[in-house]
This record gives sequence, C-alpha cells and structure tokens, in this order.
Amino acid sequence: MKVNVYVTLKPGVLDPQGKAIHHALEGLGFTGVADVRAGRFIELDVADDTSDADLDAMCAKLLANTVIENYRIERP
Amino acid sequence: MKTAVIVFPGSNCDRDMAVALETVTGKAPAMVWHRESELPDAIDFIALPGGFSYGDYLRSGAMAARSPILRAVGDAAARGVPVLGICNGFQVLTEAQLLPGALMRNAGLNFVCRTVPLKVENSQSLFTAGYQAGEEIHIPVAHHDGNYFADPETLDRIEGEGRVAFRYADRVNGSARDIAGVLNDAGNVLGMMPHPERAIDRAHGGTDGLRLFEAALGVLA
Repeated sequence: MKVNVYVTLKPGVLDPQGKAIHHALEGLGFTGVADVRAGRFIELDVADDTSDADLDAMCAKLLANTVIENYRIERP
Repeated sequence: MKTAVIVFPGSNCDRDMAVALETVTGKAPAMVWHRESELPDAIDFIALPGGFSYGDYLRSGAMAARSPILRAVGDAAARGVPVLGICNGFQVLTEAQLLPGALMRNAGLNFVCRTVPLKVENSQSLFTAGYQAGEEIHIPVAHHDGNYFADPETLDRIEGEGRVAFRYADRVNGSARDIAGVLNDAGNVLGMMPHPERAIDRAHGGTDGLRLFEAALGVLA
C-alpha cells in the first residue's frame, strides 16, 4: 500500500526557505499570499499489514526531526 | 593518544581533520568507515569531520546519524571519550541526539564561506581550556545549514549550564542566540559549525584553531 507522509516545520520555527518562496511569489506578481511554509512529502510503498506503530516509528526515528518538525501519516 | 576520524560517504574535511590530529599528537588517526560497527580499542578521541555526508539527503547529517558506527560513537561518548563534531559532524551529532537542537538552513539562504570572529563562552571545557573566557578568536566557516535552533527552554538550559562553547561575534547564519558550538551535559561532546582544523597553520591565515586540538588532546604545555 502507498502511505503518504507529510513533514512540516513546527509552528514557531523560522522557515527561511518558505520566506524565499514567498518573496519569489510576490516578485511574480502574486500578491495576497500571507505566508509560505515549505515542507517535505514522502511516499512509502509498504506491506499492507504494516502497523501504525511501525509507520510512526519510521517517522519519529528518521523521516522527521522532531526537534524542528511535525509529521502526519496518511494511509489509504 | 589514539584518535579516530569517522569517514562517511560525502565527508570532505576528513583529511584536514587527520592532518590536525597528527600535527598535534604526532600520530596519524585511524580513519574509520561509517559501515564499521566498532571503533579501534582504547580510543582516546573521536572526530566527526565536515562535509556533505550522503549528499545532505533528507536533512544534513540525518543518514550519517543512523549509520552503524554512530552507535559505537554514542557508546564511547557515554563512557566519557571526547567526541568533536565539526560542521557536518555537528549536524550528525544533533541528528544522533548526542547534542541538543538542530541545524537548519542559513537564515540568508546563502552558503556562508569566510573566516568569522567567535567569542569563547566557556573556557573550562576539555576542548576550550586553551582559550580565555570571552576571548575573540577567528575561525573559518563553510556551511549552508548552520542555523542553530532549539526551543527557548532548551536554549535557557544549555546557556545556564555553560554548554554554549562558542558564539558568533557577527551575525553569520541566523543561529539562535548566535550559538556556534554546543557541549553535551557531561562536557565531553562538542559540536561546532566553524572549522578549527582549517586554522592550525600560519599558511591557513590563522592558528586560532590549534589551541582547541592542543587542549582536547592534552598536549598543552
């Protein structure tokens, strides 16, 4: 099964990349963008019986750095 | 004095580190490949060099922190063996949770490559005993992800415990409280973004890095 993992910066952690994207959008004339936060999307192809606990451990141990990032797991 | 340099795929300051260690100890370090699961016996000092291990995939230092040798490095650190992580080595140590915090993309988004002034905040550690507290030294930096982050409680704690070893005297990369180098709670693990191994010879343009190695390797006169 395909499992989607979304890794995002925690609120309050400055995101220089998001800021640069924001400025670039404004440079292209897209006004009215209040804020941009950049994250990471990871698609896992795993065995159908993979447990939630295992998926959670994959995120906590490697896919996200929980000092600065949150993660969200989306399974089908 | 038996030293080791851990080498990851993508390390590029491992040889500079080896030269620094040999210059000070008179003996070449063991170069230990990341796939090894054990360090040489009776190791006295471990260095994690700068570079771009695993091409900075996922996050800088993330892959290297999960490599087999890091378990041995963690065990050695717990036994009190001095561990020095420079630049990518600092990133690896935070990713391995041997040091608090994380190193994020520089606030200006630019790769910063220049010699910067550093303030020695703690001159009592085994790495910094060759400096005076408050002394300003000059050490090169060369990094893209050196923006130190930790939550305010962690920052207060490490500051209170004297675990900020070095602070940038300039704004360099957006680091929280201008932190350039951090010690673990036992004081035997130091991570820093600046490269002391690039400031040990007059031909480097400065020798302020030399005293760090001399202090840490116990050869101060």
